[in-house]
Amino acid sequence: MFCSSALAGWSHAPGRWRPQVTTTRLATDELSPALFGIGTVEARRNYLIGPTAAGRVKEVHVDVGESVKAGQLLAEIDPVDLDERLRSIDAAFARATAAVAATQAQRSDMVAKEKLASLAATRYQELSAKQFVSPSTVDSKLQELASAQAGVAGSEANLAGAKQELVRLQADKEGLRQQKSNLHLRAPQDGVVISRDAEAGSTVVAGQAVVRMVEPDSLWVKTRLDQGRSRGLAVGQRAQITLRSNATVRLPGQVARIEPISDSVTEERIALVTFDQSPAGLSIGEMAEVSIQTSAGGPALVLPNAAIKQSAQGTGVWKLDDGQPRWLAVKIGNTSLDGAVQILSGLTAGDEVVVHSERELTEGRRIKVVTQLTGPRQ
Amino acid sequence: MISLAGRDIVHSWSKFVLTGLGLGLLIGVTLTMAGVYRGMVDDAKALLNNSGADLWVVQQDTQGPYAESSSIHDDVYRSIRALPGVARAANVTYLTMQVRRGKVDARAMVVGFEPGQPGEPGYLIAGRHITRNHYEAVVDVKTGFQLGDLLRIRRHDYRVVGVTRRMVSSGGDPMVFIPLKDAQEAQFLKDNDAILNERARTVANPALNRPGVPGLLDAIQSSQSTNRNVNAVLVQLTPFADPESVASEIRRWKHLQAFTRPQMEDILVTKLIATSARQIAMFLVILAVVSAAIVAFIIYTMTLGKIREIAVLKLIGTRNRTIAGMILQEALGLGFIGFLVGKTAATLWAPLFPKFVLLEPGDAMRGFVAVMAICALASTLAIHAALRVDPATAIGG
Repeated sequence: MFCSSALAGWSHAPGRWRPQVTTTRLATDELSPALFGIGTVEARRNYLIGPTAAGRVKEVHVDVGESVKAGQLLAEIDPVDLDERLRSIDAAFARATAAVAATQAQRSDMVAKEKLASLAATRYQELSAKQFVSPSTVDSKLQELASAQAGVAGSEANLAGAKQELVRLQADKEGLRQQKSNLHLRAPQDGVVISRDAEAGSTVVAGQAVVRMVEPDSLWVKTRLDQGRSRGLAVGQRAQITLRSNATVRLPGQVARIEPISDSVTEERIALVTFDQSPAGLSIGEMAEVSIQTSAGGPALVLPNAAIKQSAQGTGVWKLDDGQPRWLAVKIGNTSLDGAVQILSGLTAGDEVVVHSERELTEGRRIKVVTQLTGPRQ
Repeated sequence: MISLAGRDIVHSWSKFVLTGLGLGLLIGVTLTMAGVYRGMVDDAKALLNNSGADLWVVQQDTQGPYAESSSIHDDVYRSIRALPGVARAANVTYLTMQVRRGKVDARAMVVGFEPGQPGEPGYLIAGRHITRNHYEAVVDVKTGFQLGDLLRIRRHDYRVVGVTRRMVSSGGDPMVFIPLKDAQEAQFLKDNDAILNERARTVANPALNRPGVPGLLDAIQSSQSTNRNVNAVLVQLTPFADPESVASEIRRWKHLQAFTRPQMEDILVTKLIATSARQIAMFLVILAVVSAAIVAFIIYTMTLGKIREIAVLKLIGTRNRTIAGMILQEALGLGFIGFLVGKTAATLWAPLFPKFVLLEPGDAMRGFVAVMAICALASTLAIHAALRVDPATAIGG
């Protein structure tokens, strides 16, 4: 007994014995094509709240995590000399108002003078017609009238100028007020403050964020899928999201958007997957695993992917012909995440193919079919 | 004519068999040592076979990825893929590390590969290939991991979905296959403490943290935490392409090093494992010499132990040829039993070795011839001693 087993053992030099394989028959089975990707939780809309011009932060009114309403004051930038400039404009405005009154009075004076000159000119013209006065006197009166009329026109122009000055100063004042209110950083939307990037006293440049906020109900998962395994991805497909913080729970969701630009460096496509219902305590930047159901499951001719071999000649399987393996090129279709591969052509239902093998097979090699190659016997 | 040797063996068979057994174990050790050496070379070749590559493209002026470290950008494969004669090209990373499962860990070579591309394990003995491009693993059966096990590599858990065999590094460490992107992360990404430390250093550097340039610090920090390198590109050629010409094309125009299969085999066998292989070969030679000497001494002393009986034989007029034949036959018989026991023992215990032990039939044949030759040679010594025995010793004179 010992001898026979020992002798049998002798033939166990690799390369000599028949490799053991397991096989399966091509059969119709349920196949649910799915894709898998990982992503991070991100907010659909991010708001970076900062000043439009460089300035020093005077005060920050909100802290991280606070909910804010649209229009709420978040932070203030130090106005520096804006108030003084407003006061100066106020003074200038008062002076301009006085100037308008003065020019108005001037104009009244001119109008009165013009009226007098006009009366005098008419009278002298009548007297001249009756030969009572010399024509040169009449000319002098007419000149006085023209001069008075010019005086009125001049005073009217002065008045208009003074009024314009008033409007200008008013506009300047408005502008300064606007500038001042612009230094009040307000929330554009209801949301949650996610970071406070500058504190009172620090100087920020134009566009630099003082406070960042997001809309908490707009969180989604920015999912990265390998380009080579993203076939069939479409908007509206159902997805299951597993957050790293809670790996046992699968949250339902769906593909909301597929970015038209894929990442050419990492060779990944980017899909944005929304939660059907955002879980409580979701944190932005958390890693999530996403499985996307690319189409409704259905019956198909399927093989386990361990049976599919990729080589320089293409995709194929080892089909058993009279107990000997033969290389056969096949065309494969959808795949599922549990390793089932749809066979489109090359094989017919009932064909026996090699799934697991102890070593690389070669055409026509003698093999031994077993039910299992490793692990406890079932 | 009766067989003197046969009679003698039957007379004291237990002694004979026990001697043969002891001798056999010694021969078994020698054969195993030869198997260890062969296994070492075979491990190196298995590494090349399993990668499924015709060419290895690595960093210029290195002999990577197995013998030296090599680092190239992971988009290099695109330009190689476009060369004439190239059928497929894929990135691959190799990293030898401890892979943890629960409290135990196993030494393994973590291979980052692209599913469906060269570098993928060619065959499985259980489970399936990877379908997700993250956090799944295929392991060599020698790691001791089972289907469904959760492995820890750096900061992520990987589920074992497939098992393969004979996928080893040149050092004989079993392989763990994980998706390339995860492997890149495992290889190049630092641990959290190091990342925080690095961030703090960058923040403290006034040249990088400039108040007037708000986005600069973020940009620098994000560029610090990404690394898009791989160790090698495995290339499969179209059926009629000449490996050397494609390799020289890559070397000349892509400014990378490319090795063909014979060159890689040369690097692995004559450079990488040369020292340890020579160490074992040296040990094998000494063991063979010692075994030969012990075999010779055993036969010699066994004959000397029978000196009285031989004297009796001589006394009753047995011919020298018959006596010599008996000793030779016994020696050869002992050698035969020893070889049988040794080969059986080696075959039985070879699979128990942690690393691969390859018992080649050719080695066994050579061993058999050597054992028989040594036995024959040793028996001449014994015969010489036996023939010089004075028949008088038989009667106590």
